[in-house]
Amino acid sequence: MVQFILRRIAIAIPTLLIISFLIFLLQVMLPGDPALALAGEDPSPQAIAAIREKFQLDQPIPMRYLTWVANVLQGDFGMSIRTGLPVRDMLIQRLPVTFQLALMAMILAVLIAIPGGIIAALRPNSPLDYTVSSFTLAGVSVPNFFLGIMLILLFSVTLGWLPSGGYVPFASDPLGSIRSLIMPSIVLAFATSAVLMSHTRSAMLGTLNQDYIRTARAKGVSEPLIVIKHALRNALIPIITLGTIQFGELLGGAVLTEQVFGIPGFGKMLVDGVFSRDYSIVQAVVLVQAIIFLIVTVTADILYAVANPKLRHQ
Amino acid sequence: MNTLTPTVPPARFNVWFALRRMVSGANIYVGGLIVGLVIVMAVFAPWIAPYDPAASDWLAIRQEPSWAHWMGTDDLGRDTLSRIIFGARASLSAGVISVLFAMVVGVPLGLISGYFGGWIDAAMARVTEAMLTCPFLVLAIALAAFLGPGLQNAMIAIGISASPLFIRLARGQAMVVKQEDYVDATRALGASSWRIIVRHILPNSMPPLIVQGTLTIATSILAESSLAFLGLGQLPPAPSWGSMLDAARQFLSESSEMAVFPGLAIILTVAGFNLLGDGLRRRLDRR
Repeated sequence: MVQFILRRIAIAIPTLLIISFLIFLLQVMLPGDPALALAGEDPSPQAIAAIREKFQLDQPIPMRYLTWVANVLQGDFGMSIRTGLPVRDMLIQRLPVTFQLALMAMILAVLIAIPGGIIAALRPNSPLDYTVSSFTLAGVSVPNFFLGIMLILLFSVTLGWLPSGGYVPFASDPLGSIRSLIMPSIVLAFATSAVLMSHTRSAMLGTLNQDYIRTARAKGVSEPLIVIKHALRNALIPIITLGTIQFGELLGGAVLTEQVFGIPGFGKMLVDGVFSRDYSIVQAVVLVQAIIFLIVTVTADILYAVANPKLRHQ
Repeated sequence: MNTLTPTVPPARFNVWFALRRMVSGANIYVGGLIVGLVIVMAVFAPWIAPYDPAASDWLAIRQEPSWAHWMGTDDLGRDTLSRIIFGARASLSAGVISVLFAMVVGVPLGLISGYFGGWIDAAMARVTEAMLTCPFLVLAIALAAFLGPGLQNAMIAIGISASPLFIRLARGQAMVVKQEDYVDATRALGASSWRIIVRHILPNSMPPLIVQGTLTIATSILAESSLAFLGLGQLPPAPSWGSMLDAARQFLSESSEMAVFPGLAIILTVAGFNLLGDGLRRRLDRR
């Protein structure tokens, strides 16, 4: 098992190197002098010279990449030109916010998707099943910023039940914090649960047709027990894998939702970086998201191997 | 699936079963109809739109839907319906052109990688995997940020972000098709690798590529509207559904229709391409 985990991590390292190089190349793509772009508006000649020195901008591209990676490995993502703060500190500040949001959205998505998918699989081609299919189509077709705006219109503007945006830190006011993330989690859970539900449905349909289910029925096992203990347990493996990957996507992909609700998370950091032409921030966010995603997929593979010993020896 | 397991036929005529069969078969038509309508809207926009989409009317600011303005007007007194009709141009061209871009880049790379194998394939697989570690939209936003705003750059950004999907798919197809007997036969007849790829592997890989292409158009339209919402897509004053939604946010309490109609336009168009792609998949998988 340890060997499997180590091997899986070893495979992820070249991927990480490639993505870091691609993200570095973004800098090269910038029109004009990268030192000027990285220095922000109206920089002093000393500031430009310092940046040129720090990133070795007069060196060839492979050397510049190595310098950049060396800095990143030491946790130095550069400075934000807008706030003047180290990008690393901003990352540390914003990650927990996005994590809380992703966690709430994931819990909500699982609570909707698993029962929905099971019900749809138990009654294939019924009105309920048809509703689930429509929900899936809506989940992949509704832009999450539009859903967010509509929720604000309903719950904040019309009913006045929830704040239209902003974030309350969990440490200072746990209940208020959850309240401030209710609408954003609904938005994220909508698309996530749609995909998860359709996979739960097909996984359940697959296991419900197995011979051992028929055997269990013939033995007289009660129907709820069959569904939960026999069918769901075996259907869960692909669902867990998908769910883990979706959680990784939630950690990285909440850009528009955080923007609409003004949540100072990771996605909003990307947008703010884009708007203020703060390129070190954009690079740092994309890189950290790629790392998070890699960690999550490796975790998913390990969980999969834990659940299915056959895979470990391949 | 175990071949001994009998598939259970529906015991009696089930209205819902029949209806569902009909509806799921209708996916391709419903999707095709919506997509067709959007294409007509985009192509014939100047003839269909009742007003100039950029013309401000200061006497008709943020009006509710009326006979003169079916979907109302925006904060500059521009006709929302006309802007939605013209906005179809940005969305549709962004969706179609970025997917074509992704396919032109991705499909040849994937076919070559899958057909020849070896180190080219190993390298390509790693790069594809690396690009797929970034969420689609995040990659598109980052690329658009570095390329600068504008519809053309948004298309390039979305196209690059979508290309690994096509590399991976074409690669997988090439690996399967190259093992077919007829490919061996063609090779025995002395056909060159390039001829085999272009004349045999590519045509036989087309069905899944077309399905993926159609579904990716839906994703790309969503991505373009997201970029436009952030101010990275189509530049004003040219209309785009995403930027119309962005503009509507500050008038949400007084003029909610400013947000509702562009949102519905995005949902319908994206759902249309999703339905069409899903319908095509059912059709083409039935071989």
